[in-house]
Amino acid sequence: MAVMNLIQAINHTLGQQMAKDKNILLLGEDVGKNGGVFRVTEGLWQKFGDSRVIDTPLSEVGIISVAIGLAIAGLKPVLEVQFDGFSLSMMDQIYNHLGRIRKRSQGKYSSSLVLRIPHGGGIKAYEHHSESLETFFCHIPGIKVVTPSGPYNAKGLLIAAIEDPDPIIFLEPKRVYRAIKEEVPEKEYAISLPKTNIVKEGSDLTILAWGAMQKITREAVLELGDKYSVEILDLLTLSPLDKKPIIDSVKKTGRCVIVQEAPKTAGFGAELAALIQQEAFLSLEAPIERVSAPDVQIPLAKLENFYIPDASKIIKSIEKIMSF
Amino acid sequence: MVQFLNQEGEVVQKEGFPTFSEKEVKKMYELMVLARVFDDVALKLQREGRILTYASLLGQEASQVGSALAFEDQDWFTSSYRDNAVWITRGFPIENLYLYWAGDERGMKIPKSINALPPAIPVGSQIPHAVGLALAQKLQGKKSVAIAYFGDGATSKGDFYEGLNFAGVFQAPCVFICQNNQWAISMPFFRQTKSETLAKKSSSCGVEGILVDGNDIFAVYYVTKQAINKAREGGGPTFIECYTYRIENHTTADDWKRYREAKEVEEWKEKDPIRRLQKYMLKAGIINEKYEERVYKTAETRVKEATQKFESIAPPSPKDMFQNVYHKLTLNLEEQLKWLE
Repeated sequence: MAVMNLIQAINHTLGQQMAKDKNILLLGEDVGKNGGVFRVTEGLWQKFGDSRVIDTPLSEVGIISVAIGLAIAGLKPVLEVQFDGFSLSMMDQIYNHLGRIRKRSQGKYSSSLVLRIPHGGGIKAYEHHSESLETFFCHIPGIKVVTPSGPYNAKGLLIAAIEDPDPIIFLEPKRVYRAIKEEVPEKEYAISLPKTNIVKEGSDLTILAWGAMQKITREAVLELGDKYSVEILDLLTLSPLDKKPIIDSVKKTGRCVIVQEAPKTAGFGAELAALIQQEAFLSLEAPIERVSAPDVQIPLAKLENFYIPDASKIIKSIEKIMSF
Repeated sequence: MVQFLNQEGEVVQKEGFPTFSEKEVKKMYELMVLARVFDDVALKLQREGRILTYASLLGQEASQVGSALAFEDQDWFTSSYRDNAVWITRGFPIENLYLYWAGDERGMKIPKSINALPPAIPVGSQIPHAVGLALAQKLQGKKSVAIAYFGDGATSKGDFYEGLNFAGVFQAPCVFICQNNQWAISMPFFRQTKSETLAKKSSSCGVEGILVDGNDIFAVYYVTKQAINKAREGGGPTFIECYTYRIENHTTADDWKRYREAKEVEEWKEKDPIRRLQKYMLKAGIINEKYEERVYKTAETRVKEATQKFESIAPPSPKDMFQNVYHKLTLNLEEQLKWLE
């Protein structure tokens, strides 16, 4: 079993799946000879050639909309957007067509594809390179939103995403692309969607986090030591949501902290808080706490670390609800 | 501008003039009449509240029928909301069109034999889909092509350029059919572009652009057939600008008197594509009053039957809205389905 980082795990999985299924095509800017700006597709063009790993014009709308046609005709496009902020120009096609063609055609067609987006901040990138847009995607009927947090689950989720008959937005936590190394089995395994993973069991409080925030959350809990018995849940899909483990956990612990990297207002954490108050109201011992970015534009590198939630903010929120 | 027939139905261009059998010419005429009767009845049904907002194709019959006759069953097409005559020509059930425009999405149940995406409402968004469909044919080693239908307004959108550019780069077997009806709701051609023609726009993507008289069905058929053959043989994409005119309002929710002169509309009525073909057929001696009467009668009967058929369909079940959101109901949707109980 090889130890891999997220980039290696995704690269390995793409290669493995492409070898198995000739319908899988990669499309994106610089994904071919250059291997992608984060090198996620490195070596795949050399292995599978020009008609399987397709370098496209600099054209996000072109990539998504041409891929919708490719998918309807029976191919399986796996698309790469270079950075989250550039996925916004695709939104018209995603909302009006990608999430809708099954409905519009009364089930005759589906645009089953995977759109990979390096997601979130924390890499000292320039403007528009560090956005957390999951809420936008979760609000679109017909789309599924998948949020891996590490190399092992990235492989299982990517296999499931490729196999899924519905369109998938696959949000890769770019901040931890190279920061987490895990053993990734060579054999194929799919993590069935939707999935909320119980990372660590506990009895005092529940923390919900996804993507890059999972690592920060685990660090915060480690820092707290034995002070509280914390249950950590990793939301590997946001839409649809595997809600049962969340409700069961909060019913058990009575307290919940939600950690999201996106701005607070109308973020996905708000949906989770609403869900918990509705389905676990009588078990709650304290108000649900949300750790998030403030409702401002993500700043450039100098202030980025004050914007993105860190371990100290998570610990502060834990202390707040434990002393409620 | 490619033109074989002038307004009087006279052959003005002998070179390259395609030889059509009497049967083929009659088929063109009959389909254009059917499209016109369908359109006329749609406007009446809308006025009576029996269908909802409707976008008339009046005056564009030759562009739509002529081009749609030039491709084969295995070919794909994507279209806008004004392309009902394309659908009729490709054999889509007329009652389904009415059903769809009456607000019942079951109308867009596309028969297996027709490779088409439902009409796109966001202008121009369907253009790159056709490029993807075309590229897929090429990658899968098939001989099929894809045709994108859109209007002049769509050429101002990014989707148009990004689709055309992809088609150029990858030499996708795709044909772009732009019906320049000169009005995008209230915006005339000169407010869409400073380009002399729309056909010229394609040259920036290295895609051949052809300007054709969109009211001359022979010319439309001819250039489309050439473009499709070229695409099928690996010669890449073509952009065709059908120069025509929108005689009616943008939709039934619009009033063209607010923004254009009656004189202009009257002038274009004189260039009617059906009358042009009829005049040609008279000269060629393949039409008489009796035949014409029969063609209209047949079309009226067919449309009437379609009207009766679509109006006899029971309303959809509220549960239908939960179908085809995902390949199967999610747990979330299963819960929300219960709201209907």
